[in-house]
Amino acid sequence: MAVVAHVSPELGSHRVRADFPVLERTVRGGKPLVYLDSGATSQRPTCVLDAEQEFITDHYAAVKRGAHQLADEATEYYEGARAKVATFVGARQPEEIIFTAGATASLNLVAYAFGNATGATGDAARFAGGPGDEIVVTEMEHHANLVPWQELCRRTGATLKWFGLTDDFRLDLSDVSGMITPRTKVLALTGESNVLGTLPPVADLTAAAHRVGALVVLDACQSVPHRANDFAALDVDFAAFSGHKMLGPTGIGVLCGEYALLETLPPFLTGGSMIEVVYMDHSTYLPPPARFEAGTPPVTQAVALGAAVDYLTDLGMDHVEAHAMELTGLALQGLSALPGVSILGPATTDARGPAVAFLVDGIHPHDVGQLLDDAGVAVRVGHHCAWPLHRRYGVSASSRATFGVYSTADEVAALVDAVAGAQKFFAGR
Amino acid sequence: MRMDDLYAEIILDHSRAPHHAGLREPFDAQTHQVNPTCGDEVTLRLAVQRGEDGGLAVQDVSFDALGCSISQASVSVMTDLVIGESLAHAQKMLAAFEAMITSKGADPGDENLLGDAVAFAGVAQYPNRVKCALLGWKAFKLAAAQAEVGAT
Repeated sequence: MAVVAHVSPELGSHRVRADFPVLERTVRGGKPLVYLDSGATSQRPTCVLDAEQEFITDHYAAVKRGAHQLADEATEYYEGARAKVATFVGARQPEEIIFTAGATASLNLVAYAFGNATGATGDAARFAGGPGDEIVVTEMEHHANLVPWQELCRRTGATLKWFGLTDDFRLDLSDVSGMITPRTKVLALTGESNVLGTLPPVADLTAAAHRVGALVVLDACQSVPHRANDFAALDVDFAAFSGHKMLGPTGIGVLCGEYALLETLPPFLTGGSMIEVVYMDHSTYLPPPARFEAGTPPVTQAVALGAAVDYLTDLGMDHVEAHAMELTGLALQGLSALPGVSILGPATTDARGPAVAFLVDGIHPHDVGQLLDDAGVAVRVGHHCAWPLHRRYGVSASSRATFGVYSTADEVAALVDAVAGAQKFFAGR
Repeated sequence: MRMDDLYAEIILDHSRAPHHAGLREPFDAQTHQVNPTCGDEVTLRLAVQRGEDGGLAVQDVSFDALGCSISQASVSVMTDLVIGESLAHAQKMLAAFEAMITSKGADPGDENLLGDAVAFAGVAQYPNRVKCALLGWKAFKLAAAQAEVGAT
């Protein structure tokens, strides 16, 4: 089917696509790869690989220790990456950026650190919660921003509450004051649903949470890769995201936290690199970010993430967002025009990000995915780590297309064609 | 592999109208299996009886399943195969099916032993579908173990 496209000229263009060698390859018997799974993990441009190789080849050593030139250089690269990431997401200072193993590690860091404040006196006491206290999440959370809070509640005796979802795929905000109350200790929410694409009103909910003295933890995994972010302006207390969804490597993520909070937050992982002085019976800890980076950090991955940030910055995040949303509009239009196909999420690009989950009448998402794969179209199928969300809408799974800076309108057309082809295949046999 | 081979007619037939679907009484064991990556699930009941040789035999298998066509068809074909067989023979079929499905295509399956279930041989080419094909069989495996314990 013909989809008339007008996408930002730089993005998805031959020039950008040439930066991603994997896009050249074919799959399933010579079919061009149509990679529409960037929301799960994005492909990496050669400059990210090159940055990693150059660092390892010429500057690699243990960071923040060692009295030699290589150690100094490696430390400079590592801290340079921290500064790049800080600027990219609107942190107030580089020291607000903590490198972790990934967004899941970042969210667990916060949840465990809060738990470690149990029984604390002084400034750290504000992080502690127990019976009578409440942690508020939403029904659209990725498991990574739900299960750690379930576990924290189990350990501390706090109660888990959640904003439900409406039939039109939005957060149910009919009773915000009943949900966020003086008992609320933490509001943990996504900046953008990885299934529905829905953008919750993060700034408003953050303000409501702050009015009652609650801390706000943002899962920014889906929004950081394709939108300009300013965490300081948004006023969230903590934000987590992953490197591998933003053209960077696996094995690295970020926890961005307001510095004054990080200064008093108890550590989670302890050991080398995070201590100030160690005695046999107790230890004191370094200020952030070192306090939260025990052990040898993922230095190589941080340097590569810095290169990914440079690449995105060069493209321009306003262009990146416009491109993603144009493709989202085309996908929403093309898919909903097919009889028997429904979008699991808002039908228009209004207050929405570029995750397009869909259902095909009478065909299980896994079978849809199989037929798409046979046409060279790579999408995600399943519950996308958001099982409660799927249960809310009465389905066990969905198919999901997500877009990257290299995605094109032709690829969206290939997706729509392949879905129609899957319908034809199962109807005809 | 072509999709016509993966989704052989017999697989689509079973997925559209699964045999022995719907949970039934009586039963000696009930198990529940979930595929955590896609959320597919099956609840399976097994009724056994003591055969003339003194061993246990599969009297009835019933199930309630939610899932893709491969998982639905696979459990349906399995019920046709195992009902009426000795538990020992059913377990032999189960082992042969699992070997075929996890062989990455090297094992086409023994049609004499597995009957219609050899239609699933193509699934072995797609590692991400192996769990789909095995879901119902795993549920049966657990139920069989439970029934054996209950019978002793």
